[in-house]
Amino acid sequence: MNGAKVELRGLRRNFSGTAALDGLDLTIESGELIALLGPSGCGKTTALRCVAGFEQPDEGTVLVDGKDITRVPANKRDAGMVFQSYSLFPNLNIRDNVAFGLRVRKVPAAKRHARAQELLELIGLPHIGGRFPHQLSGGQQQRVALARALALEPRVLLLDEPLSALDAKVRVSLREEIRRLQLSLGITTIFVTHDQEEALSMADRVAVLRAGRLEQVADPATLYDRPATPFVAEFVGTMNRVPGRIDGNQVAVLGQTLPVDGDLPGTPDVDVLIRPEAVRLTPDAEAEGMVLVSSFRGSTAQLRVQLGDIEVLADVPGHDSVRLAPGTRVRIELVERPVLVSASSGATAASAKTPVPEHDVV
Amino acid sequence: MSAPSAVRTASASGGRRTKSKSWLATVPLLAFVALIFGVPLVIILGGTFKRDGAFSAANITESVQGAYLTAMIGSVKLSALVAVVGALLGTFLAQAVVTSRFRLLREAVLTASGVLSNFGGIPLAFAWIATLGNSGVITKALGLDSAGWSLYNFWGLALVYLYFSIPLMVVVVVPALDGLRQQWREAAQNNGANTWQYWRHVGIPVLTPTLLGGVVLLFGGAFAAYATAAAMVGGTVPLVTLQIANALSGNVLIGHENVALALSLDMIIIAGLVMAVYLPLQRRSARWLR
Repeated sequence: MNGAKVELRGLRRNFSGTAALDGLDLTIESGELIALLGPSGCGKTTALRCVAGFEQPDEGTVLVDGKDITRVPANKRDAGMVFQSYSLFPNLNIRDNVAFGLRVRKVPAAKRHARAQELLELIGLPHIGGRFPHQLSGGQQQRVALARALALEPRVLLLDEPLSALDAKVRVSLREEIRRLQLSLGITTIFVTHDQEEALSMADRVAVLRAGRLEQVADPATLYDRPATPFVAEFVGTMNRVPGRIDGNQVAVLGQTLPVDGDLPGTPDVDVLIRPEAVRLTPDAEAEGMVLVSSFRGSTAQLRVQLGDIEVLADVPGHDSVRLAPGTRVRIELVERPVLVSASSGATAASAKTPVPEHDVV
Repeated sequence: MSAPSAVRTASASGGRRTKSKSWLATVPLLAFVALIFGVPLVIILGGTFKRDGAFSAANITESVQGAYLTAMIGSVKLSALVAVVGALLGTFLAQAVVTSRFRLLREAVLTASGVLSNFGGIPLAFAWIATLGNSGVITKALGLDSAGWSLYNFWGLALVYLYFSIPLMVVVVVPALDGLRQQWREAAQNNGANTWQYWRHVGIPVLTPTLLGGVVLLFGGAFAAYATAAAMVGGTVPLVTLQIANALSGNVLIGHENVALALSLDMIIIAGLVMAVYLPLQRRSARWLR
């Protein structure tokens, strides 16, 4: 089984006046696992459904290995799909679920059952062939759905938030398993998720979507360290917005001067985007900053520090959380490296008070 | 270690206590069932096997002969026809409504179905007589009477029974159709299935327990219906409920009240036979639910 190259060219799709896809261009290389990441309504699922054939784009084309499949019906496409949840046929046992596609293709019973068994062994559940879906846990059901999607040896695998309904521990183990399978089969995979951690940990490349357009596509490290736009910077990981002032190619922020990365906005007053791990804290009874809240996360602790009328998030090693307990006066220092800036969002102080994207609030 | 075991003991005894008293809650229901099913059954059984004050099987023998047998066959035929046709048409109507993009249409059909499924008796008969009877509005307007149309026969009665049976099927099957998940259809397509293959392997099997239940319900409703038929066709269409009424009222022969009880017993047996076919089928079709 080798993966196909998938190209999305200028995809547009409107739902009653709202553009779900607004000219999306994206190329997924053969054998690659790409994550489509974005907030809800950004068009990531619509893009996936266009590849599966469940949505027809109003404009644009979907190419698989250079062949235009935009108008090919869903049941004639060479792509296996895993849905969010509850997609196993409830009236068929696990073996028949996995072998469904083979049954539709009139493969003899003995042959398709052997193939189903092979797939159940591949997903580590060889003994459940005779059970019905409702007798399985959520994680097991999604594994079976994966086996079913792979049964016809498709050249493209489509995953539509397959882990979102599972609990945290199962989610982590299953995403590792999906990645392991994907690498061993070399199947081109498009993975839709709104969970940045999932995207960063699994994908070869992550495509961040916003309002139906591609914001940036890059490998996880680049996406995190060198986000192309303020939107990507704030959506991927946690980001502080701290008021600063442009001075030539540099920006003055919190008493330091740092080089600016990327475009300079027209106005001198800007918001400087700083990762919590780039904020260093030192206890100092004379300093202005004060630790307000400390969220211990094991290896790290995230501290919320009041500095004048703004708040800054800082990630520190877990063992430092004791000496940086709430109420401690601290000096703030930023790691010397290029920073992204965006046009000041007006009432700077007010906006800086909510530096965390909504989904990541502790 | 003593604390957890104490908790376990307490919860176990709590469980037992709940269990031992829970049956009390069913007493009102059991008493009600005993009253409305048990007492009539005892009377039916007692009367059926008694003629002229002595134990006898004559009533039962008579109830399965001649006009009574014809009536029983007529009732079964009518009910089976109404059940099968009503279930089919009701399911198609429900599917059309469920998949319709017009929310208002769905609401309207569901409300109308709720009302019409309870429409019966004399008012229903009158509504049909006034529209499609010999002097009905539509009969006259379209000149159906000169074309040989009559509502007062087996087929006319079937039509009227379908008028409440189809909506009843809609009410029964809409929740089941709503329960068919879009992901199943898409997963089937994704595995190469066309629409027919999806329905054959997934949609219909998932619906089967509900469809079977609907057929039995429709059969029962038509089998037991009396007032509509009495008002519409009187004695011209042989039906067992009409025969029971005749025998009870001494309409044809006096002293045949106990034959009416025998006919009632026959109806119970027919209903039992229907259940004897239905239950294993239902169990088989719903085995994936257990």
